[in-house]
Amino acid sequence: MAIWVAALAIDRWQLTEGERAGPFALLSETAHGPRIAATNAAAREAGVRAGTMLADARALCPELAVAPADPAGDRAFLESLALWAQRWGPWTALDPPDGLLVDVTGAAHLFAGETAMLAEAQALLARRGLTARLAIAPTAGAAWALAHFLPFRGGEDVHALDQLPVAALRLDPATVLILRRLGLKRIGELSGVARDALARRFRNTRAPAANPLIRLDQLLGKVPEPLLPVLAPEVPLVQRRLMEPIRHRALLDQVLGDLCADLARVLEGKALGARRLELGLWKVDGEVLVRRLELAAASRDPAHICRLFGARLDDVDAGFGIELARLRVPWCEPLALCQRDFEAAAEEHGTSLAACIDRLSIRLGEGAVRRPVLHASHLPERAQRWERPLTAEPASQGELAFHARPLKLFDRAEPIAVLYASPDGLPRRFRWRGEVHEIARAEGPERIAPEWWRERGTVRLRDYYRIEDSTGRRYWIYRHGLAGDGRGGAPEWFLQGLYA
Amino acid sequence: MFAATREASGAGMALALALDGAQMGEERPWLWVQDATALRRTGRPYRPGLPPALRHRLIHVVAKTPEDALFALEEGLRCRDLAFVLGELTGNPKALSFTAQRRLSLAAEKHGTPLWLVRLDAARDLSSARLRWEARAAPSRPPRWDRHAPGAPAWHAELFRARAHPPGQWILRDDGPGLVAAPPARTPDHGDLGGGAGDRSLAAY
Repeated sequence: MAIWVAALAIDRWQLTEGERAGPFALLSETAHGPRIAATNAAAREAGVRAGTMLADARALCPELAVAPADPAGDRAFLESLALWAQRWGPWTALDPPDGLLVDVTGAAHLFAGETAMLAEAQALLARRGLTARLAIAPTAGAAWALAHFLPFRGGEDVHALDQLPVAALRLDPATVLILRRLGLKRIGELSGVARDALARRFRNTRAPAANPLIRLDQLLGKVPEPLLPVLAPEVPLVQRRLMEPIRHRALLDQVLGDLCADLARVLEGKALGARRLELGLWKVDGEVLVRRLELAAASRDPAHICRLFGARLDDVDAGFGIELARLRVPWCEPLALCQRDFEAAAEEHGTSLAACIDRLSIRLGEGAVRRPVLHASHLPERAQRWERPLTAEPASQGELAFHARPLKLFDRAEPIAVLYASPDGLPRRFRWRGEVHEIARAEGPERIAPEWWRERGTVRLRDYYRIEDSTGRRYWIYRHGLAGDGRGGAPEWFLQGLYA
Repeated sequence: MFAATREASGAGMALALALDGAQMGEERPWLWVQDATALRRTGRPYRPGLPPALRHRLIHVVAKTPEDALFALEEGLRCRDLAFVLGELTGNPKALSFTAQRRLSLAAEKHGTPLWLVRLDAARDLSSARLRWEARAAPSRPPRWDRHAPGAPAWHAELFRARAHPPGQWILRDDGPGLVAAPPARTPDHGDLGGGAGDRSLAAY
């Protein structure tokens, strides 16, 4: 079933602000000045159309009253309407900006047939003050077309659809214009043209809204059309209203402990674990303090959550007192009930890894606890990236066994001063951090070219050497560029890594 | 374990000793805590260069101050899902007092998690560590196929204080399956003579 609330913005405005008799329009601000977004019936009779500039409309209809449009509010209203419309079917989908699609498959007999269902929906929407046009059809596309272009007739067959204009296929205005220039004005005329010709004409457009063939197949149910249903998220929430405002930390800890215990019970009942938590503290003077927390793994352990929040409450200024504390869980993950460990010793033995990581990242900051993952790149410093621990490791190419890489890599390669270079290119002696190193043994060069698909053409290549100095210290050094490669002066040397 | 910032021998030797002491088939992650100075002076861990058995299990922690680093070390020791904890701290910070070190050793012994604390450019102050090493790089043995290339890592290790072991000096080599100790040679090592001297694990903690 498709529901089209034809004048959603105007209806919503009149519901909140009251009925208005004279010509009235909603305005949207554009780069060229205010433009009319929606009009009521009186304004339409006076000749004001949506899309005209306000100045032009005023010239046509001087007594036009205006108010600013609120597209975000309209969208939120449509979402709540979608949830309300689930009374007719198990799920609904948004059809922005002003429509809804309800899946009523197998639900019509509960309302004594499709016709009765349409009549009831029409009546209920009218009681809410919304002028809507409805249609029921076997596919979402057909229902949409009938609701927009052939109101209030349920159960139409394919031949009724043939008479509808091509705009009923939910196409872009540009595509509708193309079709009109081709002389195709009705849906039925599309099937008159050879399908090959249309497929050739629209072979480059993949988007359904720009390709009439895809839309036609969706209308007839030949290809599936996935829709995104609207679901009401149920956020677990516990709160404590306090008889006396509290001003002291010890009492706040007590309240927090109670909240965490309540939350653990709520989450346990739903077999969920919290990933993100929000603690709101309402103060007597009207201010709201919010503390957010994110956990490395789903958990509903009250002691753990309480301890993590305890570290974040040190800077709370209670002022005249806190009168309401509320704990929300905006992000949950399924966490099955599990049996407690039989061995009490295992409980005392230590914390779990997830709890340890939570504590570390609360105290040291979000980016302090990381794990390295491989990245597909030839450049050594790009070949590793840092990600959050406990996430699944991304797939990567295996490392090459003959690459002897250093144990540690500097964030920025440090320049070294070459004191004496042998003719074949390797320095015999270099100075790094004020100390002279004599190269005893070396392996190389391993040439790593710049990644031309990513960097500019003037980036120089690198020749890496694995070296050991006279006292046995092992380093990874490279020469940046070649002599005479035309990309800068004499090549420089850098030390990038330390071997074990 | 005391080492210099000019070389990675402290962390390298600690990892080799930790690997030597670990059981076969150990798959728990391990923690590497660095303070900001250690990170700046000696660089970040580089996954392709880590020992293959440890590469995928690393969790790295950057601490801004020595106090934060000590907190991270202690939390790591208390965690039952960590194989071992490696810490790198620069110099002799005030926070790393004898009391703090004793706290760490007690936590490590209570939870059975080995701790390898690498002190970079530090003086040998009062400490409660069970084994105290001084690590520096030693010339490696030339590999078999390229006599001019650097070989498998080797360290000159000096055990200067231990409870259950007499102090001594060794050359530790990480070639082949395990860690091999040899007495330090006065002259450069030329042959494969060191293997028989001490084929036992030194990673008793």
